[in-house]
Amino acid sequence: MTTLEIIVALPLLAALAIGLGAPARFTALGASVLVLIMSLVTAVRFSPSIEGALQNVSSRPLLQMDGFPSLSLSFGLDGISLVMLLLSAIVMVAAVLVSPKESDLERSPRLYYLSLLLIGGGAIGAFCSTDLFFLYAFHELALIPTFLMIGIFGTGKDRLRTAWTITIYLGVGSLVLLVGLILAVIGLGGSTFNIEKLTTLASDAPMAADLQNWVFFLLLVGFGVLVSLFPFHSWAAPAYVEAPTPVAMLHAGVLKKFGLYGLIRVALPFAPAGAEALLNLVLVLLLGNIIYIGLVTIAQKSLDRMLGYSSVMHMGYIFLGIAAGNELGLSGAVLLMFAHGISIALLFAMSGWLREKYGTLEFDKLGGIGKQVPKLGLLFGFAAFASAGLPGFANFAAEVEVFIGAFAGAQDGLGWIQWATIISLWGVVISAVYMLRAYRAIFMGPIPKKLEAPADVCWGTRLPLLILLVALTAVGFVPELLNQFIRPAITVLLAAAG
Amino acid sequence: MPVYFLEIIVVALGLIMLLVDAFAKIEDKRSIAWIGMVGLLVVFGLLFKVQWPESTDGAFWQFYSANDQTSLFYKGIAIVTTLIVLIMAADFRHIVVAQTADPEKGAHPQAGLGEFFALPMFACAGLMLMASANNLVSIFVSLETVTITFYILVTYLRRNVGSLEAGVKYLILGALSTGFLVYGFAWLYGITGSMQLSEITTALADPEVNSIAALFAFALILVALAFKVGGAPFHFWIPDVYQGAPTPITAFLSVGSKAAGFIVFLRLVAPFLASDVLADKVTLVLAIIAGITLIMGNLAAMPQKNFKRLLAYSSVAHAGFLLMALASAPTKSSEGSLSPATVVTFYLGAYLLMTLLAFLVITTVRNSIAGEEIESYKGLAKRSPFLAFMLIISMASLAGIPLTAGFYGKLFVFKIAVDQGNWTLLVIGLIGAAAGFYYYLKVAVPVFFGTPAKDEGEELSTIPVSAPARAAMVILTIAIIAAGVNPNLIIGLFS
Repeated sequence: MTTLEIIVALPLLAALAIGLGAPARFTALGASVLVLIMSLVTAVRFSPSIEGALQNVSSRPLLQMDGFPSLSLSFGLDGISLVMLLLSAIVMVAAVLVSPKESDLERSPRLYYLSLLLIGGGAIGAFCSTDLFFLYAFHELALIPTFLMIGIFGTGKDRLRTAWTITIYLGVGSLVLLVGLILAVIGLGGSTFNIEKLTTLASDAPMAADLQNWVFFLLLVGFGVLVSLFPFHSWAAPAYVEAPTPVAMLHAGVLKKFGLYGLIRVALPFAPAGAEALLNLVLVLLLGNIIYIGLVTIAQKSLDRMLGYSSVMHMGYIFLGIAAGNELGLSGAVLLMFAHGISIALLFAMSGWLREKYGTLEFDKLGGIGKQVPKLGLLFGFAAFASAGLPGFANFAAEVEVFIGAFAGAQDGLGWIQWATIISLWGVVISAVYMLRAYRAIFMGPIPKKLEAPADVCWGTRLPLLILLVALTAVGFVPELLNQFIRPAITVLLAAAG
Repeated sequence: MPVYFLEIIVVALGLIMLLVDAFAKIEDKRSIAWIGMVGLLVVFGLLFKVQWPESTDGAFWQFYSANDQTSLFYKGIAIVTTLIVLIMAADFRHIVVAQTADPEKGAHPQAGLGEFFALPMFACAGLMLMASANNLVSIFVSLETVTITFYILVTYLRRNVGSLEAGVKYLILGALSTGFLVYGFAWLYGITGSMQLSEITTALADPEVNSIAALFAFALILVALAFKVGGAPFHFWIPDVYQGAPTPITAFLSVGSKAAGFIVFLRLVAPFLASDVLADKVTLVLAIIAGITLIMGNLAAMPQKNFKRLLAYSSVAHAGFLLMALASAPTKSSEGSLSPATVVTFYLGAYLLMTLLAFLVITTVRNSIAGEEIESYKGLAKRSPFLAFMLIISMASLAGIPLTAGFYGKLFVFKIAVDQGNWTLLVIGLIGAAAGFYYYLKVAVPVFFGTPAKDEGEELSTIPVSAPARAAMVILTIAIIAAGVNPNLIIGLFS
């Protein structure tokens, strides 16, 4: 077994062990820390110099049958998937750390930690798979655990309804995605599920333009639902409000990035002509995300809803990077996936803590708590700045790359994408407005009389927050930490897509 | 060992069980079920030891096909199903006794239980024979062996009105469909002059064949077979019969009877599809039936509140997916694509694993909870996490969630439909699969989100699971997940 196979198998095996009776929190924590350490080691050993080729490759052939693409359980990493693996591993550790202790859970702590591991493990498996079938299958692994987590451990009265909404929505989205993937595989000869081989096939013997449009459209809708692309976003905010904190962190931070990853890894290289033909549609939708959802975000009256909508809004920038389709834009998009994943997980972790201690997240009922919990106030300030895209945090570096990448080619006159970029820039202002307003409403001003001061964040709570913050600032100051991996992979991808 | 010994052994086992029941004085009649279980395990092992005959000239081979790995696979399905049905039947004994026991004095307290264990063996022999039948006569004989056994078994709980009602419905409609089948066979014989499937294939391939008469024969046969497998609009008996029949028998009907129905379907449809004159029309009719079945099964399953009724409609829905594969038989221009036989056989293998798992859970729970409504499963996860986990695995697989065997089944069906460009069916199938997410997961809601109903403050204990049932559940779960990662585990068995 290669290291990578162990990384993929660990969370699933740990989930099995918990199911069979191992101590829940201890096993989950042990497995996720091990995964993080092994991923970091993999990253250190990863050599960016081998031009974008897959590393840590392993393959176990499963099925060779007439009339069905050959199938193998294969894993491997290029720069993009490495960055996503790191993101998943970091957020998973933080999510397990912020989970309540077994004794604090009213019902089945086993199920809680088991589901958490399955959600994280599914995401890791999806990012590491080099076989299209397992890329899809691993992502689906998270579907039922998410349903159970929101339905059983969710925070609101409406949690069952929300659990149904997200499950049906994502289930239908995945079915559309499945059709798109089957069509793409058949269109490319129907001989294999191996992504690398399919990419080569797509540049050597591309699908007919008509088919490419269909494939890209289906993949855009399928992946788009998972990413909460406008207008398929309505599941996201309520789900994050109702979900238990660690699930919101994992879902908004990691799982949602799967859709974007799929667009970059599958949709762009398989159907480049389709991507070009549907570019304007993508631009309109992403502006919907940035401007329309941005304004919706400003209108929110409680922190959790605001964060839920802000995570929908920020997807627009990543789409912009993908729409740019050049090296800078795409690598900015991947970097932003990482940065946004970490920063939204950080924000959800803190809003979960606030909800637990104060019992409310409504702006009207909170105020001035910066004096009561100064340490949390400081951390929240950092996270809010990061999310609004201030320099020094990974989000800034990534957004700059996206904007410059998308604006490239402006010297020949402004095209649709340049105009879209100009409009999108206003999104930065919008996110500054809602983030700062939220910060002022919660941490500044007079303290409402009824509000009792809880103890400030203890080390147990601070640790996961600090892990996330360190990752955010390290990449913010030295984006090259990740860019060195991302860039060669993007170059290869673009070369393949012609 | 010649392959037809297997059927002989199973029939002999059934007879032994009947004789033991009649003449041996035993306290607990479960030992009769044990004879059957052990015997079937041995027969299952023998499946891997059979030898094909060197020559197939004798008259016998006109009725019994040889050299066919697929038929062995279907025999395996029949044996495994019967084995698990016996496990369930042994757990179900209290209910059988309570609803059949003779009020007379001096009778054995478990009077009438022995036959409940022995009859499935004869059905099993019939199913195994059906897997190898290659002649209209042997198809008919084996089909009727199975159906007549089922008439008895469905109505076995003779003091339960539901069971009697189910039995009567099944008897009348079953007899009617048999009539259609025989009439269809008669026409087919009239057109082709043979009862032998291989000769019928040659005769129908003749471009001069009387196509109107052939299509009429096909229509009659289709009505009968659609009835057997639960294809719409001939599926109306399924919900009532499934709900009324004793649960182990429901499982038997749902898996064994369906698998047997489909192998006959594959055999009987093949000659029509091989004929250039008839193929298009036959495919069209099959596609229409598949579409209606998918819509009826999936939509009607959504509002169901009784678990067995839900599984009944789910079995109709799965029949729809299987028919969709049949309706996507490759034409001559698209050689090298998946064959419907492979897809259907794999799907049935996966369907066996997940459906039997669900029924094992239902039977076990039924011993402690008097009810088969979905609501009565409230808080099962708290009370018996093991059973709740088994239930969610089987539901996930039935819904077709990846990394379970059920997903590959649906994937193969969709793939073959895309290959043949059956876009309308594909869209209907996708809507059906999406509906499936809802109605299968709906079962999880009371199981995981509810709290167990307490009887007068009494703390509820874990639901007891008998050892064979537990072993069967664990094996089925492992098989579902293993085949969900590597489908070759099932495909390798029949190709």
